[in-house]
Amino acid sequence: MTGSVPAQGDLDSASAAPLHPAAREVLLAALDRGYADPRRLHRPGREARLLLDNAREATADALGVRADEVTFTPSGTHATHLGLLGLVRGARRGDVVVHSAVEHSAVRHAVEWGARGEEVPVDAVGRVDPAEVRARAERPEVGVVALQSANHEVGTVQPVGRVDLPPDVPLFTDACASMGRLALPSGWAAAAGSAHKWGGPAGVGVLLVRTRARWRNPFPGDDRVDERSTGFENIPAVLAAAAALQAVVAEREEVNARHHGLVDVVRRRVAAEVPDVEVVGDPVRRLPHLVTFSCLYVDGEALVTELDRRGFGIASGSACTASTLTPSHVLEAMGVLTHGNVRLSLQRDATRADVDAFCDVLPEIVAEIRSRVGL
Amino acid sequence: MSLELDCRAMLCPMPVIELGRHLADVEVGELLAVVTHDVAAAVDVPAWCRMKGQEYVGTDVADDGAPRHVVRRLG
Repeated sequence: MTGSVPAQGDLDSASAAPLHPAAREVLLAALDRGYADPRRLHRPGREARLLLDNAREATADALGVRADEVTFTPSGTHATHLGLLGLVRGARRGDVVVHSAVEHSAVRHAVEWGARGEEVPVDAVGRVDPAEVRARAERPEVGVVALQSANHEVGTVQPVGRVDLPPDVPLFTDACASMGRLALPSGWAAAAGSAHKWGGPAGVGVLLVRTRARWRNPFPGDDRVDERSTGFENIPAVLAAAAALQAVVAEREEVNARHHGLVDVVRRRVAAEVPDVEVVGDPVRRLPHLVTFSCLYVDGEALVTELDRRGFGIASGSACTASTLTPSHVLEAMGVLTHGNVRLSLQRDATRADVDAFCDVLPEIVAEIRSRVGL
Repeated sequence: MSLELDCRAMLCPMPVIELGRHLADVEVGELLAVVTHDVAAAVDVPAWCRMKGQEYVGTDVADDGAPRHVVRRLG
């Protein structure tokens, strides 16, 4: 088996990153060693249990939390559902969840399913005001506050550690967009992450629940090693995810500095070289690897298609690219242009040549799509 | 209202493209409006005004109940 070489033009790491090289060997070895049921007392079972415990400890160590605060789930979405709804179930006050208007759909769907929601508006860069979150959380029917660590579409980092909540209102943090890349913020009672966004395998989520948090399982329980998890653990994948997380944390100083500079190049060149474009999100306090912009008079689907024809893979929050035909609720909440939208997110090994190649072709593609409608 | 653009059957981004095409059809200071069922227009018309230096007046409804986004030409 050879190492994977991601396409140079894959600029959509926020959707999925290829398996980190540090995870590949671990995954292959664990496929043979970690197949058994970790609850069983026989030798293969003990071996699987050892690998599961190792994965938990490595993950806890990389994130700066206790090992018994870590639960592996089948996805980041499931970790989000469990984390948020578990706090709602354990809430001392009401069932209202105060959340930012730009939370991931996993949070919005969880609220819709098992709580009542109250949105906190965001400013033009997509950030909530901590004082406004606090003010809304004072209401007696508010049981939980949900605030993402950073926005998955525009990269803006939220002031999670600066939200001062009443003592009996716990905070849930969806950290899926930042886990591994940025240190966890402070102040949360439960948090969620997703391995395929940091170079681990798909099908691994991480749920973190603080030792003293009032968290109650919102779904049917199970009899597993970890009382918060359900179903048979995918131990090889979990161990590979932990190995990738450790590697990402170890190299993040170098990678983040490089990514931050490359995204600055994209922000600058797109704004300077494409007419009628809006580069959105906080230019400084943001995820290092991600940038979003919208091009006036451009059909988002056409843009995705034309960039793909030239070898560049990007995501779009435009209505025409969504199955629902509604624009991104994040862009809508920020009040920025929703059509002609591009979300670019760098893979780990991205270079200046990669982002320059993208910036070189973009103006001509945008001009060509505009010319189709006579603009 | 100097000009009302019927974009009822159009999807994003066509209503805003129509707005861009027809801005010069009204005099400076006059109003033009886009009538459309496209939900993105509620965000994109105000965003267009901000980007192009025009005034977003507001959203009301046309005679048939379709959302109507009103813009004043400033330049």
